[in-house]
Amino acid sequence: MPKILTIRDIEKCVGCGLCMYACARRLPKKPFIGYDHSGILSVSLSGFERGATIIVCRACPDPPCSQVCPTSALTPKKGGGVTYKEKLCTGCGNCIDACTISAIFMRDDGKVALCVHCGYCAKYCPHGVLEFKDVKEMEEGF
Amino acid sequence: MDEHNFERKNILHINLSDYTYFVEERDDLAEYIGGVGVGVKLLQENLKPDADPLGEENVIIFSTGPFTPAYPFASKTVALFKSPLTGNLGESHAGGRSATSITSAGYDAIVIKGKSEKPVYLVIENNRVHFKDARVLWGIEDSLITGRIIAEKEGGRGIRSIMRIGGAGERLVRYACVMTETYRHFGRLGLGAVFGSKLLKAIVVIGRKDRKPVKLKEYREVYDEIFKKAVESDVMQKYHLIGTPVNILPLNELQSLPTRNLESGYFERAEEISGEAFAETLLARRIACNHCPTACIHISALKWPFEEEAYFYKTIMISYDYELIYALGSMLGIGNKEEILKLIYKVEMYGLDAMSTGVVLAWATEALRRGIVGERDTLVPLQFGDFRSYFKAIEYIYLQPNEFYKNIAKGAEYASDIYGGKDFALTFGKNEMAGYHTGEGAYIGYLIGLRHSHLDNAGYSVDQKMKDEIEPENLVDKLVKEEIWRQVLSSLVVCFFARGLYTPELISKAFVPLGIELKEDELINVGERIYREKIKVKKSMGFKIKHLRIPEKIFKVRNFRGELNRDYIERALKYFEKKYM
Repeated sequence: MPKILTIRDIEKCVGCGLCMYACARRLPKKPFIGYDHSGILSVSLSGFERGATIIVCRACPDPPCSQVCPTSALTPKKGGGVTYKEKLCTGCGNCIDACTISAIFMRDDGKVALCVHCGYCAKYCPHGVLEFKDVKEMEEGF
Repeated sequence: MDEHNFERKNILHINLSDYTYFVEERDDLAEYIGGVGVGVKLLQENLKPDADPLGEENVIIFSTGPFTPAYPFASKTVALFKSPLTGNLGESHAGGRSATSITSAGYDAIVIKGKSEKPVYLVIENNRVHFKDARVLWGIEDSLITGRIIAEKEGGRGIRSIMRIGGAGERLVRYACVMTETYRHFGRLGLGAVFGSKLLKAIVVIGRKDRKPVKLKEYREVYDEIFKKAVESDVMQKYHLIGTPVNILPLNELQSLPTRNLESGYFERAEEISGEAFAETLLARRIACNHCPTACIHISALKWPFEEEAYFYKTIMISYDYELIYALGSMLGIGNKEEILKLIYKVEMYGLDAMSTGVVLAWATEALRRGIVGERDTLVPLQFGDFRSYFKAIEYIYLQPNEFYKNIAKGAEYASDIYGGKDFALTFGKNEMAGYHTGEGAYIGYLIGLRHSHLDNAGYSVDQKMKDEIEPENLVDKLVKEEIWRQVLSSLVVCFFARGLYTPELISKAFVPLGIELKEDELINVGERIYREKIKVKKSMGFKIKHLRIPEKIFKVRNFRGELNRDYIERALKYFEKKYM
């Protein structure tokens, strides 16, 4: 059963950014210190006291980003969202323009960072804002 | 920035006098770790000890540590400068996103020199500094508005830090602060006035640089260990629940909560302004510094009716902490939560240090009562408990409409030089006191503490834990030992609130994935080295034990251990001078 990352309760976000650091750390053989490799970004509504927005891939079943990728670095995956083959990415930025919710980020090295729904960040969200759950469960929820 | 070399320091130098900058790579600073250790070396190199704190020659250092942003709680930046309030070493720490933004922009420290011809704000990015025209922003007294304007105009949403001053910094109030991310401050000792003197309104720092750990597996393991301890154990509990104001009631119980300019250590309305009371009715949100799971920033929602229209309200979000409730509450005899929040709001708006503001106003109130100043000076009938007068007086500290307010804008020490009333001017080393009348330990701590804030020393906690009397010499040794340790913490730089978690063992372990070997006992050596360097800087700026003044008033107020003893404090100071100076 495929799983995706979802926002369970945005109003609980305290703006700590632990999800961003977790995302950058997610690969055991290539962990990064910082957030350049993070595919998730929490921003405030003019100060976190007014609330937060978490900008992250929402796992579209028909993802526009993959449709504009000239090298097939981004390909749709079962359950929604995309897989990212970094090696194939030329850094053209088409996907960044195509993503309606601006959830793909340009990295310092010219490649992109985006959520591939691995769920690693959810383990580090201290306040239950993020949830990694079965796609089926989501559908039943609707 | 070398992505693997955590010992190399990238120092960004900015000169406001000719709008230039350069980056310097330093391999010789590793023995000072980072943060305050590296900062104090940079200060020595770049600042003449006799510099005028508000002159072009003063220097501002922002310094971060090697644990930022590798580990949780390493969220703080250390600012070092010459303080316009005390004329000596100024040190102030702030969180928010300041530290993570500076390191992500690729710098370990920033050195700002000179003075701009016209108001500017800086946008600091990786390898680039923009000097931006701030003439239009100059004169905006509300630091919250300044923050919003810059936030709208500049990029880096979610990853930037916006440090700025309010009107108090522009008008050189000697205890003006620099605000970052709205609720965190380089609070004490007047960094805001130093910004103001340089015509520097704000600094935006944006960056996306990251680094690779040297040992991959170990990095994730140590990270997980810290994270688990933070969220599963109770080491952070005090800050997790009610927050720092949880101290109001216990300190009041010990007759140690300074009340009405320390007329007493007991405030009869403490229940009403306790952390519990705030949490119950006004606590509305909790927010975090970047990379901190605890989220200790307690935000209240104050429903504030429009003055002239019924059924219209402003809802103002105001952060509160123990020190603010003490300084703008009990110290001014104010026992109403909403009124305290309104005073905090006013102080935040102009960008003042809350502690100094409260203590200065408490002195002014007593000065008026004793008749050494008149109402023509104070302009409002200052009286303990009178919210309206204080609300107006805070505005006057910013505006400085007459000589009296010009004088109190320079601090209680300065004002009492002019008007008298030294006995009840509650300053230590010219800095207004923190909220702990716990005993000799706290006051000795204020006097010998290298940062002149309560946070560098354990005075108030030693006082409370002391079962039997200890000799003043032992007490000084204890305070210095703790302060030496805190030099290590503030070089990493981890939040002091996480000091229970960052034990020497854990710190040593956390260095390994960064390719740095520092054994537990070496850490203490580093702390001692930094401590000695700071003493040197202080002495070069004229710090002398014989200049220290102990306000008579503290000996007249009993607390849980009875009356304080002047001889005890003097003996301690003598010993400190001999052994550590």
